[in-house]
Amino acid sequence: MQTADKPYRFPDSHGHFGPYGGVFVAETLIPALDELNAAYEACRSNPAFIAEFEYELKHYVGRPSPIYHAKRISDSLGGAQIYLKREDLNHTGAHKVNNCIGQALVARYMGKPRVIAETGAGQHGVATATVAARYGMECVVYMGAEDVKRQAANVYRMKLLGAKVVPVESGSKTLKDALNEAMRDWVTNIHNTFYIIGTVAGPHPYPMMVRDFQTVIGKECLVQMPEMTGRQPDYVIACVGGGSNAMGIFHPYIDVPGVRLIGVEAYGEGLESGRHAASLTGGTPGVLHGNRTYLLQSEDGQIIETHSISAGLDYPGVGPEHAWLKDSDRAEYVGVTDQEALAAFHNLCHLEGIIPALESSHALAYAAKLAPTLPRDKILLVNLSGRGDKDMHTVAEKSGIQF
Amino acid sequence: MIPFITAGDPAPELTVPLMHALVEGGADIIELGVPFSDPMADGPTIQRASERALVNGMSLRKVLALVSDFRATNSDTPVVLMGYANPIEAMGVDRFVAAAGAAGVDGVLVVDYPPEECEAFARTLKAGSMDPIFLLAPTSTEQRIREVATIGSGYIYYVSLKGVTGSGALDFDDVAARMPQIRQGVGMPVGVGFGIRDAESARRIGEVADAVVIGSRIIEEIEDSPRDQAVARVKNFVEGVRAALDQIQGAPR
Ligand SMILES: Cc1ncc(COP(=O)(O)O)c(C=O)c1O
Repeated sequence: MQTADKPYRFPDSHGHFGPYGGVFVAETLIPALDELNAAYEACRSNPAFIAEFEYELKHYVGRPSPIYHAKRISDSLGGAQIYLKREDLNHTGAHKVNNCIGQALVARYMGKPRVIAETGAGQHGVATATVAARYGMECVVYMGAEDVKRQAANVYRMKLLGAKVVPVESGSKTLKDALNEAMRDWVTNIHNTFYIIGTVAGPHPYPMMVRDFQTVIGKECLVQMPEMTGRQPDYVIACVGGGSNAMGIFHPYIDVPGVRLIGVEAYGEGLESGRHAASLTGGTPGVLHGNRTYLLQSEDGQIIETHSISAGLDYPGVGPEHAWLKDSDRAEYVGVTDQEALAAFHNLCHLEGIIPALESSHALAYAAKLAPTLPRDKILLVNLSGRGDKDMHTVAEKSGIQF
Repeated sequence: MIPFITAGDPAPELTVPLMHALVEGGADIIELGVPFSDPMADGPTIQRASERALVNGMSLRKVLALVSDFRATNSDTPVVLMGYANPIEAMGVDRFVAAAGAAGVDGVLVVDYPPEECEAFARTLKAGSMDPIFLLAPTSTEQRIREVATIGSGYIYYVSLKGVTGSGALDFDDVAARMPQIRQGVGMPVGVGFGIRDAESARRIGEVADAVVIGSRIIEEIEDSPRDQAVARVKNFVEGVRAALDQIQGAPR
């Protein structure tokens, strides 16, 4: 475990988190990443940049997001107290927008008038389209052709916001292929284009940069929890797809002793079924999308398709910093199934009047397992990364309802 | 001349015949693509080749077996594997290098291994008497050229345009202008690829480079041919390029 006398300082200057991370891209992309690195270094140490980022988060996104004591859920579970970090109350309905604002400001600093993004369910695409409209930028979103079909409402949302949505027909026609295609666009249009990656993955500096923008979540918690409860939580729990909402809330707690960090992956139909999206708990290290990390792959090193009821967790890799936190034992990674996540989804609706995103429902489901095993004075802080409006269709279908 | 095909496309049993056809058509070196599920640096044509090969059950292990088969009757033409890092890491670098050496591979180009991420890999390859081949791009810095010169061997693959394989038109003047600096900087032969589509573009690049690399256009030839004619048509196409290159004074490779 990290201790106070050994402060956590990752990544190194080449983007390595221990053996993970790095820059695994073709030579053609290196200059783009060098340029981005230099720009981001300039921005992150520039007080005017930081002030504008904070201004936008406050007035456009609606931060700080509150923390809510989910008392009725806690009572029903009969153990530890559950507190929710309400990222679902952000503009656009999830944590994704924090990162999009940050990267759009870097894009503007670099003088890039065009932004591109990959998206799975469409949440990051919507957030990117939103900030592109806000800053007057051209926006192109790559989305797997399969996902375009499954997420028609979000496709329309992006179009309303002025973005062009490009269906990706290659490979498995899902999120990972959309990321490949966005990279191909970027390498071809480097001169005027900024690639806004939606999670803590990709080549350096993306995992670090996205983390930095998302740590606003955890930094607020560090202040809010003592105000509400007189102390920091015993556990911080977040779902892990690519890992950005989890990293955003974990990172400020890494050097806080006694706080256990728990990432919850999507076990889909069950870890043993092979139909899941649990790269950390069910995968092996490899190289994909510009970094070394845990991956779901075949014996031959081909990336395999993932399965989760929640499209936002349906990714065969995970941010390299999570790989490092896992190997160094600073964070623990677990999983819950589609069924468990759905049950947690309905519970939060009924008991607290909050409709959570299916992604966030994974974190809630694990908290519901853990809480009854702990005394009532223990505190679980759960990152409620997004709201569930986008999931109405999926949940209704599971209940046999057609709109 | 360095033609590229993807192993296992259009069918595993056609790969070795295609390799021989490339040699008969005048290839000096063969670049053999190792298919990967996520070919981030490739355009649509090579992506499709990769997908077909994977559907056909191709794997790194099977690619090495195909190289062995090719070596049964050809011990001269260098074979360079071109692919992505993950299948190699899944096999294990040491096991891969041993197996590739035994199969008769001469060089390896891992698209997503820039020099700073693969020093150990490059050392292991060299210890196994194989060349680590690296890419340079129009945007590569002086420092980059020096790094590649230190860690790479065999030849340098100069990517002649921004973008992915198979895209856009070549800027001949730009290639011609960059070539002396790159050649001098790396101290080894420089092959130029990405965007060479016919005998004419090959000839123009051949006038300034040490070798021309042709990939997507050959894959298209394979795609457009009925199965039983693919080998003959690829040979025919490559012969045309060879003839154009041979017209150049001090014919390049
Ligand atoms: C609400 C919500 N939570 C979580 C995720 C998963 O992403 P990450 O692991 O990067 O937070 C998504 C992705 O779309 C999301 O929309």
